[in-house]
Amino acid sequence: MSDVSLMVNGRRVSGAAEDRTLLVHFLRENLGLTGTHVGCDTSQCGACVVHVDGKAVKSCSMLAVQASGSTVVTIEGLANGADLHPVQAAFKEHHGLQCGFCTPGMIMTATDMINRHPEGLDEATVRAELEGNICRCTGYHNIVKAILAASKTMAKGAARAKAKQAA
Amino acid sequence: MYAVNYHRAASVADAAKLVKSGDAKLLSGGMTLIPAMKTRLAAPSDLVDLSRIKDLQGIKVSGKTVTIGAATTHFDVSNDEKLRKACPALAHLASLIGDPAVRHKGTIGGSIANNDPAADYPAALLALGATIVTNKREISADKFFKGLFETALKDGEIITAITFTAPAKAAYEKFRNPASRYAIVGVFVAKGKDGVSVAVTGAGDDGVFRSKEIEAALAKNFDAGSLNGVKVPAKNLMSDIHASADYRANLIAVMAKRAVAAANA
Repeated sequence: MSDVSLMVNGRRVSGAAEDRTLLVHFLRENLGLTGTHVGCDTSQCGACVVHVDGKAVKSCSMLAVQASGSTVVTIEGLANGADLHPVQAAFKEHHGLQCGFCTPGMIMTATDMINRHPEGLDEATVRAELEGNICRCTGYHNIVKAILAASKTMAKGAARAKAKQAA
Repeated sequence: MYAVNYHRAASVADAAKLVKSGDAKLLSGGMTLIPAMKTRLAAPSDLVDLSRIKDLQGIKVSGKTVTIGAATTHFDVSNDEKLRKACPALAHLASLIGDPAVRHKGTIGGSIANNDPAADYPAALLALGATIVTNKREISADKFFKGLFETALKDGEIITAITFTAPAKAAYEKFRNPASRYAIVGVFVAKGKDGVSVAVTGAGDDGVFRSKEIEAALAKNFDAGSLNGVKVPAKNLMSDIHASADYRANLIAVMAKRAVAAANA
């Protein structure tokens, strides 16, 4: 057993966990954050993607104790109260989901992708960057559309914030 | 996953001590080891985490000499501005490994210590004539890669860095399995002061290897056209459900041509 302490969605949390406990199970079972999903057990599907220290990682391929001391953002940490995050809003607007099981991972991957490409995204880049996230319903088309739309919204938001700062 | 004891190493010396306990394994990004433990293909008693050791991270370029810390992630290799100037082929190779989440965790040291026969880095290191630096010694790439998942590393020996001289020209071309995205054939070509070297991953029965036939043809003229009609023997190549040895032999020549064209572009 080890003590695992993390900053999760802005909240300091800690708990004892077996060393073999995966981060995804710590989030779901110890913290009750069941938005992060386990889709495959073979580290391929990406339903478990969360951000650890600002980077998208598969929480099924990392021990909770490995993450101890880190800052974690899960799907529950994206929205601001009732206001959806721009990526969540875009998935809703463009119907980027059907059954919804892969959606938390898709949105966490998309958010990371958009943050890493402030210059903007094109369809080929989005599709290549979605390599590690599997969706068995949508055929990806509307997911790609949603991410491209969110990337534009967030670029505008960033430009507005910059203008405000300059003013 | 079976029960395991986790240790976070504060330094390489600390890790060298910790790795002596039980049947311990070194953990870097964990992108192969953790999935292998989940399926119980690996069951170490202890894990020694190297990923928080600052000395093992980062890329230095001084003149033509490139040094990459063993715990540098694929993401950082693919994004490093200095490396992109000194050896863009290696940065490009790193951008082709796995997916973004895997690249954020997986490391160059972890990849070469595992020596998967379809991994990308071994081809680059062999073609670049790189040196693998450990906490005990320096090993040249041609002595380091020993076969399928086998390396020259002794028990408890820890890779600390990879160093090489930036080549004048280089490129990597990979023909990916459409499902797993691992290389069915990956070819790294490099033209440096010691001539041309060409290393192949994904295809060899015994892991990564250099293709003498292609090197000989390119030594005369480093041009894709000089590979017209060059035959790579299918002997000692893998045959599996994805590709026969003959198919891989042909692909090696095709990927080598594309790589030379990219290196000359």
